[in-house]
Amino acid sequence: MKRTIEFFVNGEARSVDVEPRALLVHVLRDDLDLTGTHIGCDTSQCGACTVHIDGRAVKSCNVLAVQAAGRRVTTIEGLAKNGKLHALQNAFWEKHGLQCGFCTPGMIMTAADLLASNPAPSEDEIRHALEGNYCRCTGYQNIVAAVKAAAGA
Amino acid sequence: MATLFGSGIKRREDPRLITGEGSFVDDIKLYGLTYAAILRSPHAHAKIKRIDASAAKKTRGVIAVFTGRDIEGKVNPVPCAWNPPGCDIKTPPHPALAVDTVRYVGDGVALVVAESRAIARDAIDLIDVDYEPLAAVVDPEAATRPGAPQLHDGIPSNIGFTWPVAGGDADAAFDGAEVSVSLRIVQQRLLPTAIEPRAAVASFNKATGQLTLWATSQNPHIHRFLCSLILGIPEHRIRVISPDVGGGFGSKIPTYADEALTAFAAMAVGRPVKWTEDRSENYKATIHGRDHVEYVEMCGSKDGTITGLRTRVYAGLGAYASTAGPGIPTILHGLMYSGSYMIPNIKGTVYGVYTTTTPVDAYRGAGRPEATFLVERLVDTFARKVAMDPADVRRKNMIPAAKMPYTVATGLTYDSGNYHGALDKALGLIDYKAFRAEQKKARAEGRFLGIGLSSYTEICGLGPSQVAGAVGFGGGLYESAIVRVYPTGVVRVYIGVRPHGQGEETTFAQIVADEFGVPIENVEIVAGDTEATPQGWGTYGSRTTAVGGGALKIAAVRVKEKIRKLAAHLLEVSDEDLEWKDGGFQVKGSPGQKKTFADLALMANVAWNMPAGLEPGLEASAFFDPSNFVFPYGTHICTVEVDVETGETRILRYVCVDDCGPHINPMIVEGQVHGGVIQGIGEALQEIAVYDDNGQLLTGTMMDYAVPRASQMPKIESHFTYTPSPVNPLGVKGIGEAGTIASSVCVTNAIVDALGPLGITHIDKPLTPARVWAAIQQANGGAR
Repeated sequence: MKRTIEFFVNGEARSVDVEPRALLVHVLRDDLDLTGTHIGCDTSQCGACTVHIDGRAVKSCNVLAVQAAGRRVTTIEGLAKNGKLHALQNAFWEKHGLQCGFCTPGMIMTAADLLASNPAPSEDEIRHALEGNYCRCTGYQNIVAAVKAAAGA
Repeated sequence: MATLFGSGIKRREDPRLITGEGSFVDDIKLYGLTYAAILRSPHAHAKIKRIDASAAKKTRGVIAVFTGRDIEGKVNPVPCAWNPPGCDIKTPPHPALAVDTVRYVGDGVALVVAESRAIARDAIDLIDVDYEPLAAVVDPEAATRPGAPQLHDGIPSNIGFTWPVAGGDADAAFDGAEVSVSLRIVQQRLLPTAIEPRAAVASFNKATGQLTLWATSQNPHIHRFLCSLILGIPEHRIRVISPDVGGGFGSKIPTYADEALTAFAAMAVGRPVKWTEDRSENYKATIHGRDHVEYVEMCGSKDGTITGLRTRVYAGLGAYASTAGPGIPTILHGLMYSGSYMIPNIKGTVYGVYTTTTPVDAYRGAGRPEATFLVERLVDTFARKVAMDPADVRRKNMIPAAKMPYTVATGLTYDSGNYHGALDKALGLIDYKAFRAEQKKARAEGRFLGIGLSSYTEICGLGPSQVAGAVGFGGGLYESAIVRVYPTGVVRVYIGVRPHGQGEETTFAQIVADEFGVPIENVEIVAGDTEATPQGWGTYGSRTTAVGGGALKIAAVRVKEKIRKLAAHLLEVSDEDLEWKDGGFQVKGSPGQKKTFADLALMANVAWNMPAGLEPGLEASAFFDPSNFVFPYGTHICTVEVDVETGETRILRYVCVDDCGPHINPMIVEGQVHGGVIQGIGEALQEIAVYDDNGQLLTGTMMDYAVPRASQMPKIESHFTYTPSPVNPLGVKGIGEAGTIASSVCVTNAIVDALGPLGITHIDKPLTPARVWAAIQQANGGAR
């Protein structure tokens, strides 16, 4: 039996009928058409599906949609404000922090959580904060540089 | 106007990708979309006695279920498209769904189409298959031994081909050699792990007979070609669209049964169908890489001159020959046995062996990392035997710049290069002498530091089509581009390659903007849609810029030649009186008499005043077939410290000097190096796909397969030398795979160097702490 959940997604109140077993990532992608959140694994390693719930990064493949009821969910689509890119989005662009771009939304959402709690992380701290997000293209070096640049921005 | 060639401008791909607006296959939704799931064999090898799909068919929301029997005669087996000649190759066709026998865990058995992804996934679990398990064999060497389980009729000892390579007289060289060394090397099986799993969406228009297939593809034209063969649909009625692709690394070159089945299902149920694999399915059903067991030898004289190299290689093909599978351990591997050196006598035999495992095909570097690994491991082993510094042995045997172009014993002609220059630069950057002194000091203190070199030469920019034909590749290897100029002077370029992270939407636009003197904003690069783009062969083998860029440059020059004629006509002068300056043609020495690119674009497109014999419109196409491959090269050096108590390796520094010719966008080139090197370091230190003896994939999820993480990987110090290639108009070589080709052996050599005092001469990849620790124990070196 489907249930109705109400929550805020990228600042907008949304109401969706979901199966109790539905994962948040599937609801975001399939029901709300927010396809910027990607799925790269099925064991919560890769982090491509990372979004924010109430400002904290979570892997949305690891959250039931019903658990998001009443909460504020932010996806990559909601990160830019008033047409202005988030500092991390700019920094990833500037520093060549992406190649194929598939891991990028999750990577940026995780990095945003890091910078919210630690505005001036060291390189080591950045690398550790990102260890739950896999990138197969960049070798991470420019991602780390981007997060550093965004921290300084 | 400043040229954009050589400028590290920001990528034009990025705005959509950093905002979540990219369009990947699984993002696509169509009206009436249905969802497919594929039931895959849980057995490595088994007879299918019976399939009962009745429960699945009765499930609410299930639209159709297809088994191998149901599609017989409708979906043809998946062919192999690379059949090297002269090796008695046998490539059993791979049924799109197994009929009688499954031959690896992950082999497709049935397809369900349902109203939702979840229903389809639930329904495959309701299909009851009665299997009679057969014996499995997962090791390519073991599979050739007497008594090993046989996979296919008519392929005794599971040997799919026996491919020879020879130049000079290796046996004589070894017989008369002062020194020889040998190694047994296992180049472990790897999982490519593009972060985007494969996916397909198919839509069939019954009225027009037109099939549209969105697929995660590095080469949509090859997918169109092979899907046409598999589905029996004329090629012109198939449109393959490869939108944003989330990484490939070779795994999205092959045409798999799955995409064709998705298309078949869309035709059969009369509604669009989407199939998306999950990661566990990807690890079983998407190709794997490497999987060699190698017996290799090198011989030479006491003064460090290398005179011969011999190999015997068992290359796992998996259960079936994948699209390019047999070409990888042969043409792209065995022909590279000379590495960066003058080795006059080479002899190799590569056995392509079927095992009850997932098919093996191109994975970043594809054959060349394996070749570089064995050559560079042998060089180090040889250096040790003759008691010379490994850098000196490399220097002594490297092909000198003065001898370029140089034909090696395997028959390839290397295009250009200054190998010594890259070696010396790398040695200087790492401060080799100082490190050797530090290493000596550390050893006295009981610390184990090591330094590893890897001087690689690789073959890419594939390649001349005539050679492609001669080596059994089932297609051409030229590239194509259409440059279309609109009346307002904006330009669209349609290319046959399909970049997927390598940045050609930017670098190709840089080339075109330079050629026409227009702002880059006025240039757009279009790729990935077979309906829009000319016949091309795809993005792999570091060929996109070398070959595709060549086609692009030629097409752009053709446009420019045309507007030169038009400008001469409009300015009432002869062609020769014109010069190209600041974005237009002007009469020499007379800047007032000028037609800009925009003027000429308009005048060509409206054609009010064309010179006699010049057609209206402004577009040109080009098909470029290079005269040879390109051969990027370089030297990587890294330093490590090995903790002999735990077997753990820490990379202290990693320095690369790569030469891929001139850089169109240095930022992008460096990014390719970073990613490539880290993939090779993953291969050296932690990545391995493990099957148990029953053919179960033990590393079947990301929990078990050690993809490198940010916290585990070092910083790369990337440097370059710049030697143009003579074989294409831009002088560029490829850089997509160089990092991976160089780095796995670089790290391995460093660790073996560190542990040399313990008598350790080789450790197989991945050099995990457990393996290194075990090697130390076995060497009984007395860590203190």
